[in-house]
Amino acid sequence: MRKRLLFLVSVLCGCLCLVLLAVAVTRAATASGVTTITLPPPNNAFKPGPNAALAQAKCVICHSADYVYTQPPLTKKQWTAEVTKMQKTYGAPLSDDDIAPLVEYLMSQNGKPD
Amino acid sequence: MSELPRIGRGAFLIGAAAASASIAAHAPAALAADSVDLPFENGSRPLIAYPQKRPLILLTSRPVQLETPFGVFNEGVMTPNDAFFVRWHLAGVPTTIDVNTFRINVHGLVDSARQLSVADLKTEFEPVEIAAVCQCSGNSRGFFSPRVPGGEWANGAMGNALWKGARLRDVLTKAGVKDGAVQVRVNGAETPVLSATPPFIKAIDIDLAMSPDVILAYSMNGADLPVLNGYPVRLVVPGYFATYWVKMLTNVEVIGEPDQNFWMKTAYRIPADPCGCQKPGETVKTVPINRLTVRSFVTNIRDGARVQAGKPLVVNGIAFDSGYGIEQVLFSNDGGQHWSPAALGKDYGPYSFRPWQARFTPHAGSYALASLAMNTIGQAQRLDNPVWNAGGYLRNIVETIRVSAA
Repeated sequence: MRKRLLFLVSVLCGCLCLVLLAVAVTRAATASGVTTITLPPPNNAFKPGPNAALAQAKCVICHSADYVYTQPPLTKKQWTAEVTKMQKTYGAPLSDDDIAPLVEYLMSQNGKPD
Repeated sequence: MSELPRIGRGAFLIGAAAASASIAAHAPAALAADSVDLPFENGSRPLIAYPQKRPLILLTSRPVQLETPFGVFNEGVMTPNDAFFVRWHLAGVPTTIDVNTFRINVHGLVDSARQLSVADLKTEFEPVEIAAVCQCSGNSRGFFSPRVPGGEWANGAMGNALWKGARLRDVLTKAGVKDGAVQVRVNGAETPVLSATPPFIKAIDIDLAMSPDVILAYSMNGADLPVLNGYPVRLVVPGYFATYWVKMLTNVEVIGEPDQNFWMKTAYRIPADPCGCQKPGETVKTVPINRLTVRSFVTNIRDGARVQAGKPLVVNGIAFDSGYGIEQVLFSNDGGQHWSPAALGKDYGPYSFRPWQARFTPHAGSYALASLAMNTIGQAQRLDNPVWNAGGYLRNIVETIRVSAA
């Protein structure tokens, strides 16, 4: 009887801990005017494909991989414009030689013919 | 549209039950298996609870962008803070904010530059409350045809809230705006990862800045702003797209020349013609995006719903425009062949969602429910031929919900 009671109590405590842990993650911690939130880890993993390592090295510096996967399928011309925008407008550390291999990768992940 | 949004079990638990559901859904990431399928290609999205938020539709994780599940808009005319959409441009989003040391730098073409604290804002300036729709410039971009790259939202990148704060006009008047002031440049505490990336800076014309409706909001639906919606202070520009609603506002600079930074000069531009339209591939003159278009939605019935024949069906919805005021919402249950006026509900102010309601008793068969809103200056939703532009902005087509009655 006592064993069962102890068992129940420990299960309850375990559940409470899980709930509290989850609550802490979903809410903000506040102390004397300081508010802190903890963001879940980003989805940074690109999937396998030609030149995937280059994409993994260059693209997640600034943003998660889901920016790529949530696009509609884009043509080679459209992906080239996007990568060039990253290089020229947003200052991504890409050489001109990086553009074609990255476009090849993006076409393999989310491309469509012209 | 043949594809229906399929929503995992967790998403239906909105309201009182949501607390425990969201906690359960947000235990170790592997357990968060709920997802939705937005009705366009590559529309599959996880449902994840971020800090201070219930499970929302995850568009991107870094920087974070979260879409409101559309059913939320049927919970009430104000969008709850924990369901409000989230959109950041740059990954350097502050996650620790000290409200006591937070400052807003008011400077530039002013007599007295000042570093305002949140307490200063709350105590030195008359608080004003205004209900206003915050809508992402790219809301509904996922529905464009042909598709446009960018943030691929369905219709949930919008929300209505009661904002409370100090008028920007009062802050600027106290600082003393000098002659020659043309615009007010605004930016917040977010930073780019790379120094080569243009920081997110917007600017509004001085006339707009001096409008009584533009506020530095420190309260949203009676509470502090969620961190992800710009705690402790954001700019609220009622009637204008949310690109101007700078979060974690730290800089208010009165300038004598129009701002030419990337985020004004190149980004967020719409075709200059009255329609805001261009053909794919066509180059057109552009202007900065500005006022909201007229829109309306059914909120209590989902596309593909089955309803009971012979029983009166209540159709609830919302309508909004850029602040001229909703004049009328017409309702059709036969895809726009016949229209009759819907009943307009309570008026929360010209910048708010306006509730509306229609009723009819369906016989057995199929119905196409549609609403067409018009504002007081004669602007209306488009019946067909939706606006297309290269940025994927300004969508305001009449929306159709298919139901079958048996």
